[in-house]
Amino acid sequence: MIPAAFQYSKAGSVKEAVAQLREAGPEAKVIAGGQSLIPLLRLRLSQPSHLVDVNGVRELDYVHPEGDLLRVGAMTRHSTLVRSELVQRHLPLLAEMAAQVGDPQIRARGTLGGVFAHADAAGDYPTLAVMLDATIVTDRRRVAARDFFQHLFTTALADDELVCEVVFPMAPGPHRYIKFRRRLYDWAIVGAAVQKLDSGWRVGLTHVGPTAVRAAAVESRLQAGASFTEAAGAAADGLEPPSDARASADYRRHLAQVLTRRALEQAA
Amino acid sequence: MGQTLRVTVNGEARSDEVEPRLLLVHYLRETCGLTGTHVGCDTSQCGACTVLLDGAAVKSCNMLALQADGAEITTIEGLAPEGGLHPLQTAFWENHGLQCGYCTPGFIMAAAALLAENHDPSDEEIGRGLEGNLCRCTGYVNIRKAVKAAALAMREGAAAPIGG
Repeated sequence: MIPAAFQYSKAGSVKEAVAQLREAGPEAKVIAGGQSLIPLLRLRLSQPSHLVDVNGVRELDYVHPEGDLLRVGAMTRHSTLVRSELVQRHLPLLAEMAAQVGDPQIRARGTLGGVFAHADAAGDYPTLAVMLDATIVTDRRRVAARDFFQHLFTTALADDELVCEVVFPMAPGPHRYIKFRRRLYDWAIVGAAVQKLDSGWRVGLTHVGPTAVRAAAVESRLQAGASFTEAAGAAADGLEPPSDARASADYRRHLAQVLTRRALEQAA
Repeated sequence: MGQTLRVTVNGEARSDEVEPRLLLVHYLRETCGLTGTHVGCDTSQCGACTVLLDGAAVKSCNMLALQADGAEITTIEGLAPEGGLHPLQTAFWENHGLQCGYCTPGFIMAAAALLAENHDPSDEEIGRGLEGNLCRCTGYVNIRKAVKAAALAMREGAAAPIGG
């Protein structure tokens, strides 16, 4: 399977990338790690006129603690997040998620920013970003995670806008991400993430709708003193999960509850 | 319309004009003539096309050739000096870590990256390290045995006195 023809240019900085995108027009796309994009190119589900390669934008490969925030550059690869002592110390749930992305070969190439820009419903990091109220920083503005993800593969990004950084609150407390899948390297059929903060539990769900979901009903039951089992029973409230070859909507609702309970039990 | 790709493949510096849409696996097989890197699933799942890019295992069907510009690539052909076998190749042979052999180059390259980081991996670590590679005939038991045997041989090799 051979991709359709496209123009290709390399950017060495954020400025260059944006300038190249602007010049190439609305059918251009950014390629970062390419681990989701290249399969789409090969299947010709995506046929951009031009690819702007940002792998040379070294200024976006970093993990910076700042006060009670952890700033992560968009070109930070999954394998870096897995190994980063700063991530393990300040936001270990991010490292735990990174270790469950794809397989070692995919983790060696895929990037944090790519996951946000691609916005697959089964992406793992968006769940963390939505449940912890992270901020996505682009070349021109800051967008709250809950406003960034709009629909399947659809974000608030303009055609010529680049994800530069994601700012997470630090959260060193009890946490767990359980990703339910048939094979190790698969996308999540459903995922459940829990993180204990000083203010209480945060709970997020992966692949139970077009975008990541914060399970507010579970959080408020926990706040009110419910047991993990009682609280997790609310995990499917208000969900309209997709049905596909891997799982029906009903099965996903079931998984949301079971995985949330298990994640809470394992985190505590 | 070609663009210039400068890359080192198995120690040899090359410069080729390639189309932007050319995948790294096709560059290696068709331009360089290194057909030891296999196309298995063509959907970035099976890992048969795994090569080392600056030491890290990557799926060469999931990268544009131009993205390897400036990098060093090692394929199965470059793992051992001409005419010799790498300890992993010997171990896969001796432990019958293959049946049809189609997935073997990818497994060996992924295992090479694993052993570069971890000289004595447990069964669990081998399983995790090779989770990006699929074998449809051996059932993985002998593959795991082969990786353990290679790790041992490499540790002993490293510990052997010079000239000993």
